[in-house]
Parts: sequence; structure tokens; C-alpha cells
Amino acid sequence: MNRRTLLGASAAGTLLIAMRSLAANIVVSPILSELARAYAGPGAALREGRVKFDITPLVENGNSVPVEVTVDSPMTTAQHVTGIAIFNEKNPQNDVAVFELTPLCGRARVATRIRLATSQQLIAVAKMNDGSCWTHTVEVIVTTASCVEE
Amino acid sequence: MRLALAIAALVIALTSAAEPRKSGIDYASAATQTLQKDDAQNPGMLWVKDGQARWTERTGAANKACADCHGEIAKMRGVAVRYPAMAAPSAATASATSTQRVINLAQQINQCRVERQQASAWPAENASLLGLEAALAFESRTLPIAPPVQPLLAAAQARGEALYRQRIGQMDLSCRDCHDGLAGKRLGGNIIPQGHPTGYPIYRLEWQAVGSLQRRLRGCMTAVRAEPYPYGSSELLDLEAYLMKRAAGMPLETPGVRP
Amino acid sequence: MASALITMPKAARAGDVIEVRALVQHAMETGYRRSSEGALLPRDLIRRFTCSFVEGTGQSVSTSDGSSKPGSRLVFAATLHAAVAANPYFAFHFRAERSGTLIFIWTGDNGFAHREQVNLLVT
Repeated sequence: MNRRTLLGASAAGTLLIAMRSLAANIVVSPILSELARAYAGPGAALREGRVKFDITPLVENGNSVPVEVTVDSPMTTAQHVTGIAIFNEKNPQNDVAVFELTPLCGRARVATRIRLATSQQLIAVAKMNDGSCWTHTVEVIVTTASCVEE
Repeated sequence: MRLALAIAALVIALTSAAEPRKSGIDYASAATQTLQKDDAQNPGMLWVKDGQARWTERTGAANKACADCHGEIAKMRGVAVRYPAMAAPSAATASATSTQRVINLAQQINQCRVERQQASAWPAENASLLGLEAALAFESRTLPIAPPVQPLLAAAQARGEALYRQRIGQMDLSCRDCHDGLAGKRLGGNIIPQGHPTGYPIYRLEWQAVGSLQRRLRGCMTAVRAEPYPYGSSELLDLEAYLMKRAAGMPLETPGVRP
Repeated sequence: MASALITMPKAARAGDVIEVRALVQHAMETGYRRSSEGALLPRDLIRRFTCSFVEGTGQSVSTSDGSSKPGSRLVFAATLHAAVAANPYFAFHFRAERSGTLIFIWTGDNGFAHREQVNLLVT
């Protein structure tokens, strides 16, 4: 997808996202909105809700931050989550991980540990089998280690 | 009689009321505590698993595994909590010189490797060495740290205590200044722990890997802008001996997770 | 050689949703770190993790790529980037329906490949 398509799609996408995360009153950073739209695909519904992105608001060490994403879904063949993407705002690269789920999962809950270079926002985007996407944006503070080692 | 019992009860209550020593894990965030407590997530368990595999692996010119002499690794419960200690008797020499030194667990593993397995010694912080050390210490998890009573060890502990109290580096700080005087207060984003080696070898989030107590001590020395003692130096060993004495009775947590 | 740890129940009743936890030893070198001499440490990452299910008991599931074995179904997969922490950890779920084997494969840079499998008895 080239930059022009991306910009065009994100312009349409911004209207749908409405730039506000319901839970924490965050103004979603533009780069995260763009990435969420790119993952969702042009024209796909992209809304806040149904996804819960669990992460501690104050991170002790940015090398290892536990996160958990839970999506409200029955995970049946008719209705299930097909993917969950996590993006970050301020690391050298915005991608974190993209998970693929199937009805065999039985439950849409994924946990992992990630790296955060600095205080920033993160977004979790869940894609459903009907093509619709749901997001949750969080903001975390990352403290620097007292003695940085080699 | 009743008065004596009452006094005894009071004495017991007072002395057991406050164990002032706290492990580093008690100062860590909830996320780090969960990481240590949960064996399914604790990255140190990967090194433990590796060490357990190495325990039964035949190696060296003698083509022997640790298990060939020592049996199941579970039989080594109680071993890790007594190190540093005087070296086990040497196989090779008639003179008892190698029993006349204090060594840590990693050095004991290497001694066995060289003398019994006839393999080359692993260098400090070697992944296999750390794995074996972690696997052995894991077998002693929850046991109280128990340095043996040995005159040579007592001398090392005394030298170690002197080093612990000595101001070093451009920052002119001693271990005691922070870890006795300022434990519980903050340094940057972290809380200063008391510095008890209850979880070694630890998985340190800052290293993103497992490392030894010597690595941690050297890191601290660099941090106060002192030239760190070399790996395997007598100073580091004396410090280890003192720190384990200072932590005697505290339960071992290996593999510990620390920020 | 990489070490990996899978934590999951070995037995379940049909219909149970069990939690599966996978931990693998890997430095996940980002490519942004420098050595103490100042040299840039090259990027070296695990790029992909897959978990597949093969039905049936008593089979030896010995193909190098379990996900392409006939009858193996993808359960869960992850595409990893440098922001995944060292010694990657994933926890996900699996609905147990029939006995079989879960196959876990990690692949990455410099030919990294590691495989684990765990049998699940479903009653």
C-alpha cells in the first residue's frame, strides 16, 4: 500500500475513530490511528470497544512489560476474532506483534511481554471474521532504569 | 513457672516480630513479582531447564555426566545454599591444595568439569555454566541460605565485610551507604534493595538474560565509577562470602527476577 | 540450542477451554543496541510463532513443519517484531475437543528454528 492510499484511507478512517479512547479520555495519536486503519483495511468498520488492553500504567523497566489483550467474542465459527494487532507510538518501530486467532482458540485472550523505549501510547486492534475492527488505546509512563548497563 | 513461660513468650514474640531483612523481590513492582512467582513465565526457568538437560549430558574426555557421579539432580537439594564454601576435595592432586580455598558454586561446577569430566572450564557468565548453576540453585529453592562454619570461609567473610564497608569509585560510595543506609528509598525509577543475594543466578530485566552475583557486583561498581574487580578475583569472592553470611537464613528464590 | 517451555494441562474434558503458555529462549536483538566497544549489534529476531493441532493419539508427529502436515490445523500464530521482549512469552487459549498433539514452532533470523510438541488427552 503506498503512502497516498494510506493517507486517503486514514482521512476516511479518522471520522470513524473520532480520536477519543472511551476508557481513559486519551486523544489517540495520529500515527496509531493510521496504523490501525492500515491493519483494518480501507472501508472496514473501525470502532472503540469490545477490546480490553491490559497494561500497567507505570512501567518499572521498559525491557519487559507484560500486556494482555482480551476481546469480547464467543469464538465460534460464525463469530470469532481473526486477528489482534498491537502498535506502539514512540519506539524506533511502531509494530509490536500481530496475532492470528482461530475458533480453535475458544477464547480471545492473548498475553505477552513487550519492550517500550519511553512513555507513550499503545493501541490494540482486534479484527473480526466479519471484517469489523475494534480498538482500545492506552497510555503508559516508562521509567528509566537507575543504572543502565551494557 | 507461669511467669517464666510468660517471659519466654514475650521474648519469642519480640525477637520474631520484625525480620528487618527483605529480599529484592519485595521491592520490585507487582509485574516483576508475578514474573518471578510464575514458573510458566519466569524467563530464568529457561536457563534452569537448560541446566537440567546438561546435568545428564555426557561430556569431556572422561565421557561422564554430572548424574553419573551425583545421581538425580533432586539429590542436590541443600547444596547451593551453602556456597561460597571451601572447595570439595580435588580428584587430581595428592597435596590437598585445592581444598584450601573458598570457591563459589560456579567455580565448584568448573572444578568438577575439569577434574572429573576432563572437559575445559567454562568462562564466567557462560550460558551453560549459568544454566547448571541455576538448575542446582533451583533444587534448593525455599531452603534457608546456610553458609557452613569453616575457618577459611570466616576469614573470607571478614574480608568481604571490610570491602562492603569501603568507599570506592568517583562517587566515593560504599555498598553499605546505599544498601544499609538507603534501602527502601528510590534511585531513579527503582527502589534501592538491601542487596541480599537470594535469587542468584537472577534473570535481570536490564540484562534481558540470566547472570551471576559477580556480574551484578561488577555492574554496581561501574555504576559508582569504580574499576570493577575482575571475574573470579578474590575480592569478588570475599564479597560473595560476606553477602551470603549477611543473608543467612533467608530463603533462596532462584531463579530470581530483578529489574 | 534454544530452550523452550510449554505450560498447559496434559488432559482436559471435551469442551474445556485451556490456557496454553509458551516461553522460548532468544535474545531478540533489536538491531539498535551497541556493544560496550560501540559496535552496533545486528538485528536477530524470532519472526514467527505458530501453534497447530494434530488430532489423534499415539501418532509420532515428526515432520519439520507441523503446520503443513495433512490434518494439522492452525490454532494460533504470532508475527513478532523487535518490540517483543527477549525470551518471548505468549499465553493463549485452546478449546479441547479431541485428543491430539499441539505443535509449537518458532522461526526467525539466521535460520533460527525451534519446535516443541505436547500431547493432550481429551476425555
